[in-house]
Amino acid sequence: MRRELSGWGRFPRVDCAVTAPRDEAALRAAIATGPVIARGNGRAYGDAATQSRGTIEMRHFNRLLAFDPETGQVAAEAGVLLADLIEAFLPRGWFPWVTPGTKFVTLGGAIAADVHGKNHRRDGAFRSCLDWVEVMQQDGSVVRAAPGDDLFEWTVGGMGLTGVILRAGLRLRPVSTGWIRQQMVPAPDLATAMEVFERDTGTYAVAWFDCLGQGASLGRSLVMLGDHATPEGLTEAQRAAPFDIPRRRRLKVPMDAPAFALNRFTLKAFNALYWRAGLRKAGESLVDWDSYFYPLDTIAEWNRIYGRPGFAQFQCVLPLATARPGLEALLKAISASGQGSFLAVLKRLGAQESRFSFPMEGYTLALDFPVSPKALQLLERLDAITVDHGGRFYLAKDSRLRSDTLRASDPRVGAFVEMRETGPRYRFASGQSERIGI
Amino acid sequence: MSNGTLLVLGGRSDIGLATARAFAAAGWDVQLAARDAATLEAEAKDIALRHGVAATCHEMDATDLDSHAAFYDRLSPFPQVVVCAVGALGDQARDEADVASATAVMRANFEGPASLLAHAANRMEGSGTSTIVGISSVAGDRGRASNYIYGSAKAGFTAYLSGLRNRMTGKGVHVVTVKPGFVATRMTEGMDLPPVLTATPDALGQAIFTAVAKQRDVIYVKPVWRLVMAVIRAIPEALFKKMSI
Repeated sequence: MRRELSGWGRFPRVDCAVTAPRDEAALRAAIATGPVIARGNGRAYGDAATQSRGTIEMRHFNRLLAFDPETGQVAAEAGVLLADLIEAFLPRGWFPWVTPGTKFVTLGGAIAADVHGKNHRRDGAFRSCLDWVEVMQQDGSVVRAAPGDDLFEWTVGGMGLTGVILRAGLRLRPVSTGWIRQQMVPAPDLATAMEVFERDTGTYAVAWFDCLGQGASLGRSLVMLGDHATPEGLTEAQRAAPFDIPRRRRLKVPMDAPAFALNRFTLKAFNALYWRAGLRKAGESLVDWDSYFYPLDTIAEWNRIYGRPGFAQFQCVLPLATARPGLEALLKAISASGQGSFLAVLKRLGAQESRFSFPMEGYTLALDFPVSPKALQLLERLDAITVDHGGRFYLAKDSRLRSDTLRASDPRVGAFVEMRETGPRYRFASGQSERIGI
Repeated sequence: MSNGTLLVLGGRSDIGLATARAFAAAGWDVQLAARDAATLEAEAKDIALRHGVAATCHEMDATDLDSHAAFYDRLSPFPQVVVCAVGALGDQARDEADVASATAVMRANFEGPASLLAHAANRMEGSGTSTIVGISSVAGDRGRASNYIYGSAKAGFTAYLSGLRNRMTGKGVHVVTVKPGFVATRMTEGMDLPPVLTATPDALGQAIFTAVAKQRDVIYVKPVWRLVMAVIRAIPEALFKKMSI
C-alpha cells in the first residue's frame, strides 16, 4: 500500500510503499524487496524513517518478552514504546535509564538514533543501558549482538542502516518514587547558564533559552536541574502511593495553525512570558515524571502548531573548547534573522565513545523553525557555524543537511560508509541516507 | 466491577487481544482461546508482563462444534466474562460461486460463535453475575450485495445475542452486543477505510470493557455508526435493491 509519510516535523512528506509485517517471515519477505527502512513511531523529525520504495512499519512487533524484577532487565520487541515500559514497570519501581523528550519513541528508534536525555553527562546515551540487540540482516538472518560486537556498535546510532532492529535487552533504573526534585535556576545570559551546567548538577540538567534575546540577554535561560525524589521528600499523601501522579489533562492541536500565527512578535511575547513564569518558579519544587520529562507529550500532535509546511529541527553539538563562542555565533545568527523558536533547548553532554552516535563532550543546542525558504537559508548558516566550531549534527532531527556538510562535520562518515558497502547499503536505505550519501 | 477472569474466544484476533489488554489493565486475569493456541504464548506473556496478571492460552476450534463442551470442561477457572471475537470476513465473490465456502463463512460467523456462547450461557446460568459479549457487525443490520454472506451470518448472530439477552435477563447473565463499524485490524488491512468511521482495536477493547462495566445492551463503537445504519435501514427496499452501497 502507498501512503504519504513524514517525520515528526512533517517535512519532507514522502509518498511511500508501506508494509506492516506481523511476523519474521513477512519481515524477511519485505527486506528481500529492498531498499527498505524500518519505521517505529515516526518521532524522528525528518526523513530518517521514510523510504519511498519500501518503508517497514514495526508497530506489530510490540511485545514485552521478559522482565527480571531483581535486576530490572527487560527483553522486548523493537516496536515497544518507552511509554509502554513506563506504564508496565514504573509501578514496580523502574524507569528508563535514558529517555529523550518524548515517551512515544520505540525501542528500535531509540537504539537506531542512540537517543540521549537530560542525564547524558552522567549516564551516557541509550547505548549505555543496552545488554544486546537482535537485528535482521540483509540476508534475512537474525543475529544477536552485544557491546563490543561490530554489529552492535554499528547498529547503535546507525539510523537503521545495518538492518531491522527486532528485539533488545536493556536495563531499567531503580527508582523509589514517580517524582522528580527539580531546581529551577534562572540565568540572565549564556555565560551564567554554562556556569550552572559546569557545576555538579545532579542527575538531570536541561535549559530552555530565549533565542530571540539580544545584547546582554543573549542566551537568557532557565536551567532545570533534577533528581529522582525519594519517599522522604514527598508529602504524606504522595508517600502512600509514590508512583501515582496526578492525571494530566490531555490536549490536542485540532488543526494546522495558519501561517501568520507564528512570527517574531508572537514568539517574543511567548518567550517573555515563559521567562517570567520561570522566574516565579525559581528554586526547588517537586514535579511528576510525566511533566518533568515529557512536557509536550500531553499536547497530541503539537507539531501542527507550525502549520501545513511543517518545521525543521536543528540540533548540533559543539565540543567543550569551542562551545561558548560557537553558541554565541549561532544565537547571533538566529537573533539577526528574527526567526525564533519556541523550543530552544540547551544541554551539556558528556564524553561518549561510539562509532557513529551523535553525542560528544560539549554542549548541544536544539531549535525548530517553520519551514520556509528564509528558514532553510538560516539553517545553512547555522550548519556552517557548527562546522567552523568543530561540531556535528543529530541525524534523528535532520531533514535537510547536505552530504558535503555532513562529511565536513564528521570524520567518522568514511568508516560508516565503508561498513555499509559490505551489503546493507543495497538493502537498507532511508530518504535521509540517500540524501546525505551514507 | 470487581476483577475476575476474562475468556476471549478468538484470542488471536486484533479485537480479541485488545479486549484482553483492556481487561488486564484493570487487573483481570485473561484466557486466550484459539486454534494453535501455543502460537499465542508470546501475546499471553506480553499481557502478563505489562499488567502483572495471569494470562493463559487455550486450544479451541470454533468451527468444530462437537469440541465445544470439552473445551469448557478443561477451562479452569471458569470466567466471569466471555467475549466472542470469532469471525471470518470471507471473500464475497468467491463465496457466491462456491457454496461450500459460503457455508464455511456462515459457520465461522454464526454457528460456531452461537454454539460457543450457548455452552457458556448454560454454564453461567444461576452461577452469579456474569457477562457474555458477542462481537457482531453493522454488516448484519441490512443485507447488501457486496457482503451479504458475511452479513447474513452476522444478522443471525445479532438476533441470537438479542434472544440470549432476553432469556438471561433476571438470571444473572448480561449479554452485550457489539457492532463495530470499520476497525483497523488484520481483517481489514489494505482496505481504504474512511478515518472518521474507523476505530482502532484498542478503542474497541476499551469500549467493550466499559460496556461490560456499565451493563450496556448494544454498542456501536463509533456513535456515528448508529446514525449511518439507521439511515441505511430506513431506505425502502424498492429503492435499496437498486443501490450499490
